[in-house]
Amino acid sequence: MRYLPLTPEDRAAMLNTIGAASVDDFYEDVPQSARLGTTIAGLPDHQGELAVERHMGRLAAKNRTASDGPFFVGCGAYKHHVPASVDMIIQRSEFLTTYTPYQPEIAQGTLQTLFEFQTQVAAMTAMDVANASMYDGSTSCAEAAVMACRATRRKKVVLSGGVHPHYADATRLLCEAQGIEVVQLPPAVDDELALIDFVDDETACLIGQSPNVFGTVTDLTPVADAAHEKKALMVSVFTEAVSLGLVTPPGEMGADIAVGEGQSIGNALNFGGPYVGLFACTQKLVRQMPGRLCGETVDADGNRGFVLTLSTREQHIRREKATSNICTNSGLCALAFTAHMTLLGGKGLRDLAVLNHEAACDLADALDSIPDVEILTPRFFNEFAFRTQMDAEAVLAMLEERGVLGGVRASRLLPDAGMGNVIIAAATECTTQEDIAAYAAALKEVV
Amino acid sequence: MTMQRIGRPTAPILGGGNAMETRSGSRGLQQREDLIFEIGSADKTGVDLPAPAGRKDRLGGVARKVDTGLPGLTEPEAVRHYMRLSQKNYAIDLGLFPLGSCTMKHNPRLNEKAARIPGFADIHPMQPQSTVQGALELIDELATWLTTLTGMPAVAMSPKAGAHGELCGMLAIREALIARGEADTRKRVLVPASAHGTNPATAIQCGFVVDEIKADARGRVDMEDLRGKLEDTHDVAGIMLTNPNTCGLFETDIRTIADLIHDAGGYFYCDGANFNAIVGRVRPGDLGVDAMHINLHKTFSTPHGGGGPGSGPTVLSEALAPYAPVPYVVNEGDGFRLIEEAEGEAAESFGRMVAFHGQMGMFVRALAYMLSHGADGLKQVAEDAVLNANYVQARLKDVMTPAFDGYCMHEALFSDAFTADGIETIDIAKALIDEGYHPMTMYFPLVVHGAMLIEPTETESKQELDRFCDALIGIAERAAEGDESLKGAPYLAPHSRLDETQAARKPILKWTPPAPAAIAAE
Repeated sequence: MRYLPLTPEDRAAMLNTIGAASVDDFYEDVPQSARLGTTIAGLPDHQGELAVERHMGRLAAKNRTASDGPFFVGCGAYKHHVPASVDMIIQRSEFLTTYTPYQPEIAQGTLQTLFEFQTQVAAMTAMDVANASMYDGSTSCAEAAVMACRATRRKKVVLSGGVHPHYADATRLLCEAQGIEVVQLPPAVDDELALIDFVDDETACLIGQSPNVFGTVTDLTPVADAAHEKKALMVSVFTEAVSLGLVTPPGEMGADIAVGEGQSIGNALNFGGPYVGLFACTQKLVRQMPGRLCGETVDADGNRGFVLTLSTREQHIRREKATSNICTNSGLCALAFTAHMTLLGGKGLRDLAVLNHEAACDLADALDSIPDVEILTPRFFNEFAFRTQMDAEAVLAMLEERGVLGGVRASRLLPDAGMGNVIIAAATECTTQEDIAAYAAALKEVV
Repeated sequence: MTMQRIGRPTAPILGGGNAMETRSGSRGLQQREDLIFEIGSADKTGVDLPAPAGRKDRLGGVARKVDTGLPGLTEPEAVRHYMRLSQKNYAIDLGLFPLGSCTMKHNPRLNEKAARIPGFADIHPMQPQSTVQGALELIDELATWLTTLTGMPAVAMSPKAGAHGELCGMLAIREALIARGEADTRKRVLVPASAHGTNPATAIQCGFVVDEIKADARGRVDMEDLRGKLEDTHDVAGIMLTNPNTCGLFETDIRTIADLIHDAGGYFYCDGANFNAIVGRVRPGDLGVDAMHINLHKTFSTPHGGGGPGSGPTVLSEALAPYAPVPYVVNEGDGFRLIEEAEGEAAESFGRMVAFHGQMGMFVRALAYMLSHGADGLKQVAEDAVLNANYVQARLKDVMTPAFDGYCMHEALFSDAFTADGIETIDIAKALIDEGYHPMTMYFPLVVHGAMLIEPTETESKQELDRFCDALIGIAERAAEGDESLKGAPYLAPHSRLDETQAARKPILKWTPPAPAAIAAE
């Protein structure tokens, strides 16, 4: 076995040092009935690299990639270009094969990048502070809801009809397990402001999304104002981090907590994971925040350094009194995010956002010119919903036959919303004018 | 020993490596590296994007008012920034990383290569299922490995990490109790004192209350205490038990514990963080387990990445399988189908925990690891991991204090009883840094005073183990003698000890530009 350094001679010598007859001695505490005599049946024996690579290659070849043709699928994960240097950086052994930086004297590489990540996320969301990342956007959203309940000592949260349905599901699940009431407003392309009518003295937070799952961008300031009037919090959600370069960010709308998905910056699609959850809040709420935080300090010689801090919020210290059960973050994906952001800079982020927006505008113009196509999203960043006269699943299947992956049908995310004819389509900097022309031509044939 | 005085000195003349000042702030191969905000600039970029025309606007005025103000770097500067920072990290690829319970084993590069095949890395979770059949097949194949290795009938693949898997298992238990109409009465979850902190935190997140069980003198569950806590069974929801436990020991009475919990009407959650000690030799399904998460980043070697991403698939018994979260993959013979909604055939599911379908990138790596090892190799993995730990225990037991008698599983646990007054576990840990090693897990589990938990893993050679043991024996002897110089360790790391108290007192969590007055004063 190429991964196992011990030789039979080593094993014999080591058993001798230990004073054991065989490794079976170490398993003497296992109940007799549960000891397996032989190798577990039904699984193959070990294989060389070549055989494993072939196996993996065969499986991968059965998938169509986002680069294989015109591609417009979004709804929470986006096809963006990742600079070559980003992948090189995250493959450095010193980042890839190290652990959570619990020994800061030999983990300043990880810690400094986390500090830089937190600073970038805080600036992008226009919030006071950000943590060192969460699993993904949906779990960030769920944690924001329970954090708001902790901070306000209230037990009710309200979700707009534009919050990504998977985010809403994850939030509802965690809240209901903790006895928190969840009010879910009906799906709506453009009605984030409906949240205003659902805040009362028991409400911990209003949760709105911009751009929302239908792509609609909304100034959530009135939602924040309404929440604050009742001493509730406003949670602002996003699934497309590139939008932060152009669209009004959570902090400019009065959000108390901002959560979202960071996949778009530095991270591949990966069929849904691993991604990187972004989590930011106001200074006032920092000690209620879940997840890891990196902070600045000095060493014994007075030199600046960084450590994980405020760990009294965390489960390894607080156990059942912890702010969350989350133990891990998404370190390597956060590194990819921060490395890509370092390459972009603020100006690069803004330019990238403008390119995304223009591609989506071009796409909307092209589709809008087709009879029977109605663009539903009134204001958007790089994604919008449209309706045809036909069932969306059938339309997407016919587009697929023509080589175009045309988006996500709303009914896949919202089976009961009566949106059977609605498709949500995204464009990014990867979308070419030829892609847009191919989409428009195919759709014209189909509808 | 006196220093060699003829010719070039072979040892540093000054006391500590940190004592010598350089003008650049770099120290030989250790390059000084400031924050990106101090070295970058707003007009630099490492990407060449087409100039946007700015000709279209459908934002409807919902536009950012104040720019981020974030600086950029060109590619050579950015690459150097991260390379220099990387040199300040310890990593498995550099040396033995004996963090107990964390399983820092070698991460095969084949797995990284496989995960980057565009057919896995460049596919979208919401593509039509017909275009991702290979991805669904891979998830199904990995699920088969996991259920076969654990002897359990079902597995939930979507949990994002170990603690998320715990959440999955406990939510399944909660759902089963709801189905039985007992969710309001059965609220008590038994958790051993030695458990990882995520166990009680997870139970609370699911609305349960935690009842702590004592450890006995052998480091196992105190059966008398457990029986006492089960005298009244009406409110028992279940137990969360780590096996092998956090003391590195197999729970001898595990079958009895499972029977007692089941007889009490509760469920048995097993924390599978230490599955690497028994994989291929023991199936948790044969031990009466109802739910167990598997850390793919431990047992199956997906890289830890400096703190994630992890992946925590959770195997479930017949009793809990109906309540598994969505989505899950069904093999229909002529193709694979993803069940995404908790309705129809999945009507009993407790719902969706997370967006999309789980940590696909980790699935690819874990399956490559499993295929490489095979059933035979995985058994050898467990045996070598346990052999290495027992070897370390045997070599250290005369100078350090083993926490418990007898053999250990995959990790060896010591208390600080052997140290002289004034020398603490942290001093030994930091001294290991000077010897070129990452410290062991310190002060965990809580049931052992000044705990030092050493997990070498199976990917260390005997030579590496001997070198490590020699170094640690030297430190332990100094600790026993009360060598005060240990209090100043590390001396040879990029930093001396960092002040965590100061960091927490007035947290500085992001960079802020120096105030104009301060600039003027410089």
